Amino acid sequence: MHLMRYLLRRLVLSVFVVLGVTLLVFVVAQVVPSDPAALYAGPRPTAEQIETARKVLALDAPLHERFFSFAARMATGEFGVSYKTRRLIADDLSVFLPATLELAVFSTVLALLIGVPAGVLTAAGRGGLLDRLGSLGSIAAVAMPTFFLAMLLQAFFAQWLGILPLSGRLSKEFAVLAPLPSATGFNLVDSLLAGRPAAFFDTLSHLVLPALTLASYPAGVAMRLTRSAMIEILQRRHIVAARALGLSGSRILFGHALPNAIGPALTVVGLSFAYALTGAVLVEIIFAWPGLGRYVSEAILSKDFPVIAAATLVVTICYVAMNLLIDLAQAIFDPRVAL
Amino acid sequence: MSLVEIKGLSIRFGSLHNPIHAVRRVDLSIERGTIHGLIGESGCGKTISGMALLGLLPQSARVSADAFRFDGLNLLDVAKSLRGRRIAMISQDPAAALNPVLRIGRQMDDVLKSHSGLPRFQRRAAAEELLAATGLADPRRVLKSYAHQLSGGMQQRVVIAQALATGADFIIADEPTTALDVTVGAQVLALLKRLVQERALTVLMITHDMDVVAECCDSATVLYAGHTVEAGRTDELLAAPRHPYTQALLAALPDAVAKGERLASIEGHIPSPFAVIEGCPFAPRCASAMAVCRQAKPPERDDGNHCWTCHLEPHHG
Repeated sequence: MHLMRYLLRRLVLSVFVVLGVTLLVFVVAQVVPSDPAALYAGPRPTAEQIETARKVLALDAPLHERFFSFAARMATGEFGVSYKTRRLIADDLSVFLPATLELAVFSTVLALLIGVPAGVLTAAGRGGLLDRLGSLGSIAAVAMPTFFLAMLLQAFFAQWLGILPLSGRLSKEFAVLAPLPSATGFNLVDSLLAGRPAAFFDTLSHLVLPALTLASYPAGVAMRLTRSAMIEILQRRHIVAARALGLSGSRILFGHALPNAIGPALTVVGLSFAYALTGAVLVEIIFAWPGLGRYVSEAILSKDFPVIAAATLVVTICYVAMNLLIDLAQAIFDPRVAL
Repeated sequence: MSLVEIKGLSIRFGSLHNPIHAVRRVDLSIERGTIHGLIGESGCGKTISGMALLGLLPQSARVSADAFRFDGLNLLDVAKSLRGRRIAMISQDPAAALNPVLRIGRQMDDVLKSHSGLPRFQRRAAAEELLAATGLADPRRVLKSYAHQLSGGMQQRVVIAQALATGADFIIADEPTTALDVTVGAQVLALLKRLVQERALTVLMITHDMDVVAECCDSATVLYAGHTVEAGRTDELLAAPRHPYTQALLAALPDAVAKGERLASIEGHIPSPFAVIEGCPFAPRCASAMAVCRQAKPPERDDGNHCWTCHLEPHHG
């Protein structure tokens, strides 16, 4: 009951966040010193063309009317067309967003699966060899520039060992020769739905390197946070009591101490998910990943406002949803959160 | 044979040249099926002696003893394997002793899973039974609760049920009533007394409270500054204390003085754990101290069912 009420409260808050971002996107589009009509009219427009564009875009309507129609279009998914390519933004997003989400979710899970257990084990063996190696590893993971790590991974796994593909999202035989039916846009899901395990593993092998690259920073931070939280929790009396009751070391570490200590790591990894959505441009470029980051950065360079607005909103919604998930996970690990 | 037999236990921390003496010379002998009190002020080494019995001292502790036996086994070797199997602990503050983020059911189940080898549904029944045995009225509801949803008395009963769940026959109760109010504390003591009889348990009751000793202990050991100074049956100890420290402790009880008078207190402080003690550790605060008390270790004296260490000749009558 507590949990439902807590989630509902979070949900209401999230709605306000999305509304706020909608307003912000609209306002920013108004104050940026560029004329949407001129951009819409194409390169080197005549005064007449600009005038027509102004009418088509209804730029002469009062501000509040324009905001409401903007918000209504955003709500129904009518994002309009790109100024630059004249393509439907909704179509573009349906290609780029799943690719990005797939990578972001995968790397977030990877960051948790690497960072949290590493934090637990280094805390358990504090001061020992494992702890020192772990500290070194986490510092390296956090400090290493993305592009450098990406190239190292490519050189090692793709070039030298040759066990993982260098770049791209799918091999040619699945992308071109016998293309996957696009039911959800997530290749991992689509390949399973189509019952094609070979395509599934091909997708997975393409995901590993870019996801590792993206996961390195959040995994390093999650490890440090988990380690320090665990060190504090392991001193608590209920852990001593659990030892006195003769519970095994691993059950105490993962079953009793970790649920108390995982909160900070969850928060940080949740934040890094937002970064992975649009901030992963470098990773997308290096691994030729057809993602949102590259799409949006090109739109920003050409002041393609409908694209920027649509992408901003979609990313906001994904991020808010992720945050809800993290809140839920926090409340499941620590029921006092929901009180 | 006694269940627990400790002679000359010493526990030190820190450097070899400047050690911290947590426990200097503790003798402790506990008979099967009894509740044995371990009394002393804070810092006298009660809790750390209990931790040594559980094998839960930090790595840095240096333990030595002439004898340190549990049921004939040398605890210096096997404490870790007995912990939670034959020896369990009930700690001071039940709110801190229960995991705040796990349901009681899960915590009970983890203990049973580690020790009983029962299948899941039987463990659940066993957990309910144990909670009921500690006097909890609605075990099912308690199993579904988190620690913060229970009162202090209920939490302490859960902690006791956990200790029972290990199947241990020796329970170290470290000030089990200190964090509880007086009536609830009395109920918990009564519960422990009943469990000792019903389940043939042996309990080491660590406490600083003479009333607790008087109420539920069959025998007791008095510690002062890491030394055993006196031990014996509770009635003997309370009626005819031999060591000046025990006498002073009893004189400091509120009901030992008439109403309206000032409470008696013991002047001075316990010696620092860094101090080197040549003679009797209590000599600086002892009203009847003699020159010899500061120079030589006091002899061990025994009058049959009561032993103590003091230079004073026992006077009869």
